[in-house]
Amino acid sequence: MTRLSSPGGRVWIIARFVLLEAFRSGLPWLALACIAASFGFAAFLAHIALTETRELQAAVAAAMLRISAAFLIATHVVTSVAREANDRGLEFALTLPISRSVYYVGKLAGFACAAALLAISFAAPLLLWAEPAPLGVWVLSLAAETALVAAMGLFFSMALAEAVPAIAVTAGLYLLGRSVGAIQAIAAGPLAQEQESALRGIVDALALLLPRLDQATRTEWLVYGLPPASDALGALAGLAIYFVLLVGAGLFDFSRRNL
Amino acid sequence: MNSGTGSLSPVPPRVGILLAASLAAQLTWQAWREAPASQAADLPPAPPAALLRAASLDEPEAAARLAMVYLQAYDLRGDNAVPYQHLDYGRLIAWLRAIVATDPRSGYALFSAARVYTENPDAAKCRAMLEFLYEEFARDPERRWPWLAHAALVAKHRLKDLPLALRYARAIDRQAHDPRAPLWAKQMEIFILEDLNELEAAGILLGALIASGRVRDPSELRFLRSRIRSIDRRLEERR
Repeated sequence: MTRLSSPGGRVWIIARFVLLEAFRSGLPWLALACIAASFGFAAFLAHIALTETRELQAAVAAAMLRISAAFLIATHVVTSVAREANDRGLEFALTLPISRSVYYVGKLAGFACAAALLAISFAAPLLLWAEPAPLGVWVLSLAAETALVAAMGLFFSMALAEAVPAIAVTAGLYLLGRSVGAIQAIAAGPLAQEQESALRGIVDALALLLPRLDQATRTEWLVYGLPPASDALGALAGLAIYFVLLVGAGLFDFSRRNL
Repeated sequence: MNSGTGSLSPVPPRVGILLAASLAAQLTWQAWREAPASQAADLPPAPPAALLRAASLDEPEAAARLAMVYLQAYDLRGDNAVPYQHLDYGRLIAWLRAIVATDPRSGYALFSAARVYTENPDAAKCRAMLEFLYEEFARDPERRWPWLAHAALVAKHRLKDLPLALRYARAIDRQAHDPRAPLWAKQMEIFILEDLNELEAAGILLGALIASGRVRDPSELRFLRSRIRSIDRRLEERR
């Protein structure tokens, strides 16, 4: 009862149930399958690489595991919210003495914990090919990135109320965040014509609204060693700011909705 | 994962037979199909580095290395009737250039260029690859001198083009200041000059190298002094 009396305690209880659900779902098995697939592919590449075998294995396995982590956590969050909506679990939860904000933050905390555990488990096979210190920074960044994806998934699944559009929008935002740096480089490159400066402006404006995922969880950290502290901290700060923005947007949308 | 699996007894026999028959048909069909015929496939045009980067969701380290594995497949793949010797080297170099631009710190593309693609018996293709190495060396001499050193050896021993080898050796000596670079790479210019019978220049460079104090190993110093004596003898004989 004492736990239920404080908002923090209620958040913790909801988060625990979310984590329990994650453990009992197919998520751990899918994570294991991703680890096995990336390990198998890296082992295959070792046989055909002419040089830089360790770097090739680390780069490819890290890239595979990173996108897998984002995909798994996004689909898990969206399907979990959709299932709860179909079972009328949300309405039931809100009949209990908890506010909407506590409920939302509790769900997000649980999903973020699941994301962090997923990131840690995905870092384990990379110990074979990467130094522990850069891998530590990489896993910290991956945990923050997957927590951000969980926040995206929660926001869109609550706002759109249907699983497929929520997954599509979450994936779109994630992929844009990953490739916005490269898109900006193309727009500013010599291939772009002078008269396309308006297009460049649109791309730059779009970049302002996106999370800079291209600067986080860099494979180069694993291949070429620790990044400058300012780079890693800058990337993490960018993720944190966007995470707070998504939480704010999610709370705003959830608070004003008629259930 | 609780998928609610139970016993097989509720499955109608017809469904079981359909499943077994379709599985057998699939296995038979695949086993009877002929192996894919050899393809005389040449490389497609190289993508721009920026596109390679964007397509990989900004994972340049993985993209560059996987692109190298893709290039390798044109030679190592069993079903390709066009080994690298017959590839369009213009396209191959464009691919290598895009890969180096995608991850400039990786040595994979330059290693392959120096050790694999210069092994082409076609001298024109070999020269094109050497020029690619020379061009890329100039962009990052401290990291890329080993590949140009190999290019100098290929120019000297395979192409027997001593002026070309001298150009590469001079570039290493002038532009690469990496303290880890072994002296043999720096001394290459001297020995090529000797081979070109430019004995005065070789002797002056050797003397300067010893006087610079960069050579500290006693055996190496002894060897270099013996080379100076040998050059002096050859000069005496010439006079």
